[in-house]
Formats: sequence, C-alpha cells, structure tokens
Amino acid sequence: MTGNRPVLTMTGISKTFPGVRALHDVDFRLFPGEVHALMGENGAGKSTLIKVLTGVYGTDAGVVTLDGEQVSFTGPMQAAAAGVSTVYQEVNLCTNLSVAENVFIGREPRRLGAVRWGEMRRRARDLLARLDLDLDVSAPLGSYSLAVQQMVAIARAIDVQAQVLILDEPTSSLDAGEVAQLFRIMRQLRDEGIAILFVTHFLDQVYGIADRITVLRNGRLVGEYRTEELPQFSLVEKMIGQELDVLERLDEQQKRATVDAGGEAPLVDAAELGRRGAVAPFSLRIHAGEVVGLAGLLGSGRTEVARLIFGADRADHGQVRLDGGRAPVRNPMQAIAQGVGFCSENRRAEGIVPELSVRENMILAMQAARGWLRPIPRRRQDELVRRYVEALSIRPANPELPVRNLSGGNQQKVLLARWLITEPRLLILDEPTRGIDVGAKAEIQKLVVQLSDGGMAVLFISAELEEVLRLSHRVAVMRDREMVAQLDNDDTLDADRVMRTIASGTPREEVTR
Amino acid sequence: MTAVADRLRPLTAHRLFWPALVLVVMIAANTVYRPGFLAVEVKNGHLYGTPIDILRLSAPLILVALGMTLVIATGGIDLSVGSLCAISGAIACLHISGAADQNSPATVATALALAFGAALVLGAWNGVLVAVIGIQPIIATLILMVAGRGIAQLVTEGQIITINSGPYRAIGLGHFLTLPLAILIALAAALLVAAFTRRTALGLIVESVGGNAEASRLAGIRSRRIVFLVYVISAVCAALAGFMVTANVSSADGNAAGLWIELDAILAVVIGGTSLAGGRFSLGGTVLGALIIQTLTTTVYAMNISPQTSLLFKAVVVIAVCLVQAPAFRARLRRRRRGAEPGPAAPQREKEQVPA
Repeated sequence: MTGNRPVLTMTGISKTFPGVRALHDVDFRLFPGEVHALMGENGAGKSTLIKVLTGVYGTDAGVVTLDGEQVSFTGPMQAAAAGVSTVYQEVNLCTNLSVAENVFIGREPRRLGAVRWGEMRRRARDLLARLDLDLDVSAPLGSYSLAVQQMVAIARAIDVQAQVLILDEPTSSLDAGEVAQLFRIMRQLRDEGIAILFVTHFLDQVYGIADRITVLRNGRLVGEYRTEELPQFSLVEKMIGQELDVLERLDEQQKRATVDAGGEAPLVDAAELGRRGAVAPFSLRIHAGEVVGLAGLLGSGRTEVARLIFGADRADHGQVRLDGGRAPVRNPMQAIAQGVGFCSENRRAEGIVPELSVRENMILAMQAARGWLRPIPRRRQDELVRRYVEALSIRPANPELPVRNLSGGNQQKVLLARWLITEPRLLILDEPTRGIDVGAKAEIQKLVVQLSDGGMAVLFISAELEEVLRLSHRVAVMRDREMVAQLDNDDTLDADRVMRTIASGTPREEVTR
Repeated sequence: MTAVADRLRPLTAHRLFWPALVLVVMIAANTVYRPGFLAVEVKNGHLYGTPIDILRLSAPLILVALGMTLVIATGGIDLSVGSLCAISGAIACLHISGAADQNSPATVATALALAFGAALVLGAWNGVLVAVIGIQPIIATLILMVAGRGIAQLVTEGQIITINSGPYRAIGLGHFLTLPLAILIALAAALLVAAFTRRTALGLIVESVGGNAEASRLAGIRSRRIVFLVYVISAVCAALAGFMVTANVSSADGNAAGLWIELDAILAVVIGGTSLAGGRFSLGGTVLGALIIQTLTTTVYAMNISPQTSLLFKAVVVIAVCLVQAPAFRARLRRRRRGAEPGPAAPQREKEQVPA
C-alpha cells in the first residue's frame, strides 16, 4: 500500500511559545495511501505540529517538504491550495450558513464575479454523496448534528484535490456508528492514494484504521512505528513515558458498590423536570457520595438533563430542589449558591475565558458567588491555584499564562479546578474526559472516585460506556430525549445490558428507586 | 543590535510600551518643529505652556474614555456619551443661570447634583436597553446619541445659555497647586475607576463577561447587573466631562458641547490597547490614548494645517499608530527586514532566545 517515497516530510521542527517549548527537533513523514496516526498526551505537541505544517504558526527551526520540494506555508488557505487540507478538532465552520456555502466558502464557483449558486449546490450534493451523506445542502449547517458538521468539514477538505488530509481528533464528538462511517470514508480516501494524518485519543480507533504511528512526548519525537509491530500496551507506555500502572490499577478496580442510601433524604431531587424540545420530564434523585452516570447516544438528551439540573436552561416542567426544602433551582447563580458545579462539555464556548489567566479562570466561579464587592485576597487565590495546579498536575504550571495557551486537556483540568474550588455538593461533569489523553483521563476518573468517597455527589456524563460503568453507582439511560431507565450498577449490569437498554428503551429487569 | 533588542524585550512586551512610545515620538516631533513646544512658565502662581494646555484640554476626553473603556471591555460600546455631555452641561448651566447668586457654591453644588441625577437616569436607560432588553449596544446607545441632542436643545430651549459663575468656571479653568483643576479631576477619576475595578473583583468580572459571556453566566456571574453598571458609570463620567466642556466656555450649547467626543473616546480606548471585541482592558492605556489624541489635535492647530486637511492628517496618524501597535503588522515588518539581510543567522538567533 505504502509508496516508497514520502509525500510529506518534516525534519528538525522546533517551536517555542512564550513560556512553553511546544516542539523540539521533531521529524515526521507521511506516505501516500496510508493512514498515519499521530499520538501523544495532551500538550505533547500534536496540534502544534499540525499548525506548523499548515502554516498557522511559523517554525523556529526545521524544514517541511511536500513532493520533495521545500515548502513554507503562510496559512491554511495556502496549504490547502497546495494539497494539504485540515479538519480541526473543533468544527470551524459557520453554522448560520448553508451546508453548500460551508463547503465552498472562500472558493465559490463563480462566473464574472457572481456566485453560481445552482452549480455550488449541485457540486456540494455530489461531493456529499461521495461520502454517503444525503443532506439538504440549502439548510443551515447549524440544523445538523455536530457529527454531520464534522463530515461536512471533511467534504470541504477533500474537495480541494487534497494529497494530504489532516484529521485532528475528528471522532471526539461522534458516536460508534458515525465513527464507522468516518472510517469507511477514510479507507476510501486512502485507497485513492491520499495520505491521511489522523490524530485521536481513542486507542481502539488507532488500531482500527492506522497503518503507521508516530508518537510524541513533551514536544519531542519518541518514534515512528508500523501499527502491527507496536502492541497497544507499548504504545501507551511510549506516550506517557513511564510504566503503566495507573491504567492497570483502574482496570483492576472492582465494581462500585451501591451507596446504601437507606432512608436518607436525597441531596438532589429533580421531580418531573423537563423542557419542551430538549428533554421529556424525568425524575432523578442523587444522594450525597453517589455517582450517577448518564449513558446514551450522542444527542439523546444527556447534556440537556445536566443543563436543566444546573438551571443553565429554564425548565418549563417540574423543578429541582437540593436538600428537600429550599427554593428550587432556576438559574446557574442559584444552583451555585446551593452547592452545584457544572463542567460543560463545550469547553471553548461555555467553559474557559480564553484571554484570562489560568488563575483568573480558576477562581471565577468562587468570585462570582462572593460578588464583585468582596474580592478574594490575592494570597488566598495563589494558595488555591497552587494547590489545584499541583493536585491536577496542570501543565505548564504557570498560573499567570492565558488559559488559551494551554492544551485542551489542561484547559479541562482548569475548569475542573474552577468548580472544585467552590467545594460543591453536587458536581456535574459533562464529558470531562473527552479529547484528553489516557494519563489525564485516568487522573480525572480517580478524582471522581475520591470526591464521591469524600461525600460529594457526582453526575457523570460520558459517551464511553466503560467509563460510566467503572465510576457510577447507578446509571441513568437516555434514549431519544427521554430518560428510559435507572439501573443499579451491581454485578448484573454490564456494557451489553446498557447497550440493549439504549437500543430497546427497556432494561431486562428495570430497577426503580 | 540583537543584544540590545533582547535586553529591551521585557520593556517592549509591556502593554503600555507602544502607546507611550507613540506619545513620546509625537512630543519629540513637535519639539523639533517648534523648539518652544515643551516650555512651561509660571504666571501668577500657575503653570502655563503647551504641555499644560494639552493636559487641561484632554481632561474631558480622559473622563469619557474611562467610562468607555469599561463599556468596551464588556463587549459593548456607548455612542451616547457626547449627547450626555451636552445634557448634563445644559442642566447645570440652566440651574445656575436661573439662580439669584451664580457664584454661590451651594447653587453650583445643586446644579451638579441635578445634572448627575439626570446622567444616572440616562445611563440606567442605556443599561436597561442593553442588559435587560438585550438590544445590541451600538443601536441601543445610538438612540440616546440622536435623541440626547434633542433633549439638550429642549433644556436650553434652543438657546446658548451663558452663565457667570466663578465656582463653575473653575471646573474647567481653575488651578490647584499650580496645576489645572481639570486634569486633577480627570486624574482623580482615573484613580477612582482603577481602584473601583482593580481593588474589587469588578475588573475581573467585566473582563470575563467581555471575554466569554456564556461561560461567565455558567460560572454564576450576574452579567446583566455588571453590564448595566458599566453603562451607568459611563454616563456619570460623561456628565463630569460635560461640566468641564461647558465650564471652559461658561456657556451651554446643546448642539456643540461634546460633539463627536464619543468617537475620540473610542479611539483613545483602542489606542490604549483594549480590544473592541471586549475582554482585557487597560485604564492606563486609555489615559495615554486620550493624551495622544489631544496632542495630535494640538499639533494640528500648532502646525497651521488647514482645517480642510486636518481631519485627513489626523486619520493618517491614527492609522499609523494602530498599525505600529498591531503585533501582526510588526511581525510582518520584521520578517521583511530579516528577508533583506543575509539569512542563515536568523533561526540561530531565535534559538538563543528560548527561555529555559
């Protein structure tokens, strides 16, 4: 499959940001007709390498060649014109424009300067048909799911006669079926001779599709391997650069015993809570020290449940109360005042404030709760921030850096710290481990267990069933915007049964509490 | 060369460096053109001279720009400040002109209180439109920008109200400790706003709301209150500026007072390094920005540039100032320069700068 001459080489690439050495003397090559996985932990330099390749960043040192000729792109547009197209981790399209416009934005088919709309729609349809997508190309992109938007981004990327297609974590928001569809498309493109650079955190996916693997660690090259010659275990070891006991420990961990709630009143009592168009009325009780997992497919209403409980969206049915008596939660302020924290799945839009520093992002929720007239003394801020930077091993450990300079996983940890600082009684975690590396993932999972052992209630949302099952005392299953079951996580519960519940809407033996 | 550049790096990286440099260059250019530019003399125990004039004349702009900085930091804009200047000045002058003793401090105090009260109401109006009803700031404040001139005309009944009040005149032209009172008031206001934002958490919260409004809401920030508050602060600053503008000429002209000051204020904020997109703000930068604009205006007069071309001259300088400050533009210049000189040394040099 692999040609004997690489279509793309990068040699001796170095790149430094203020306070961060992102890449140090990294080599990379890509052959036509292969899927090449770029692996590494958060902050290993994967995204930076891609941005250097496509000209988003300049290099401090190093040479890039395409087709044997030295190139130095000044930006993604120029790179794409030369045949190097990129689909980024977070979908960078305009949701208010139509599907067709998004595919052709910046290079619309024109005649005498006027856009040929009919031609554009026809070509968009053809292109999407190649990816087996049947969409209304005149509809706004925002009317489709994130997964479909991702496919549209890929369609846009391959339309420009791409030789090299870069997929930066394209699967992080897709469900299993959509991943399969994406892989089919990737294989098809690979067989057409396109070289695909694939970045992901899902190890199974790497072994499902990649021909070759390059591993980075701390901005340095660890090595390049053929997939069949690198067992999964060694891959993880090379990524984190140490003996792999964290993961093993988590695998050995036993099922979590059900919290014996007895007659104790629940901490959180959501009664017939619902919102038209978002999620059908549901009732959910969570006790102190209990982890409730929310399972379900993408778009099944998991996030909507979390937002209603936090008051981020206004419920038009039912109410949430904490500790029985007090006033129901109607907005985030009230939720926080009563001890609820909410880590949104949408880190960029609903989580971080990019230009503020790590410290400022961390103390934001606590400061908001105190009101602006009572600033947190700087000494106390520094102390809190130092404690959580250490506890969550946030890198780089400089609290005065703008948070946008951190990698995705570290931004996630900053958000987690923002809520831990408020010492919540209920912590809602919506996809806290999405798009972050194995090491950080294990750390966050361990943290959830510790927190619940310490008496905190946790509502844990994840697309990964294993993770939900590993951490939860109880699993609530979502299906088509409805909570169809709440299952005790005892010996009889496994991924298979949860899957069947998601598929059929009824568990084999429904447990009601 | 390189060693010097490296040593200077912490200095050039400071966010006030470029506005300060522009101001210094502007003053230097003026001094070359007119050697007496920096001369300051003492007359009757007061300081006189062009630099003092610039300070005194920039005071209203500094005041307006301070409020504007906070508004812009939340991602908004306040176009109504010029009209608010006119209204507050008109109300104050109207009250004084109707009083038996125009020189009585009590009369002036009442006049100021009335005008401040009006400014609070109008600022609250802007705040409600933006924060509660959710109208885009540029439209919401445009209403008062246009209608406010009408209100000022109503107050003055279409006339120019002239007054003869010593205490009121002092706001614009008085001196204290040899310095113009106006600049001391502006300075005090700047320190007050700085303390108000940086000694409390208001500054952080304003920056957070401007940086990411939805994330701030989910972190429990009462964005509406904060946004409401900054429009009120902006109106109060504008009222204070209105007193100075009218005190300077001892008369209130509903049409001319504070005309186009909103545009100069926005410019001052931008030159000072606060992004129009909201987020991080710099009060020090805004003060420098206002001084730059006033120096430029004075330069235009001093150089006898004809009124027909003075606006164009000002525009060209402002564009140049903004370009010099833009990191992207400087990077491009540097790249071009590096391209011109022999190449291979360049990457080497970059490596040496890597901090450990």
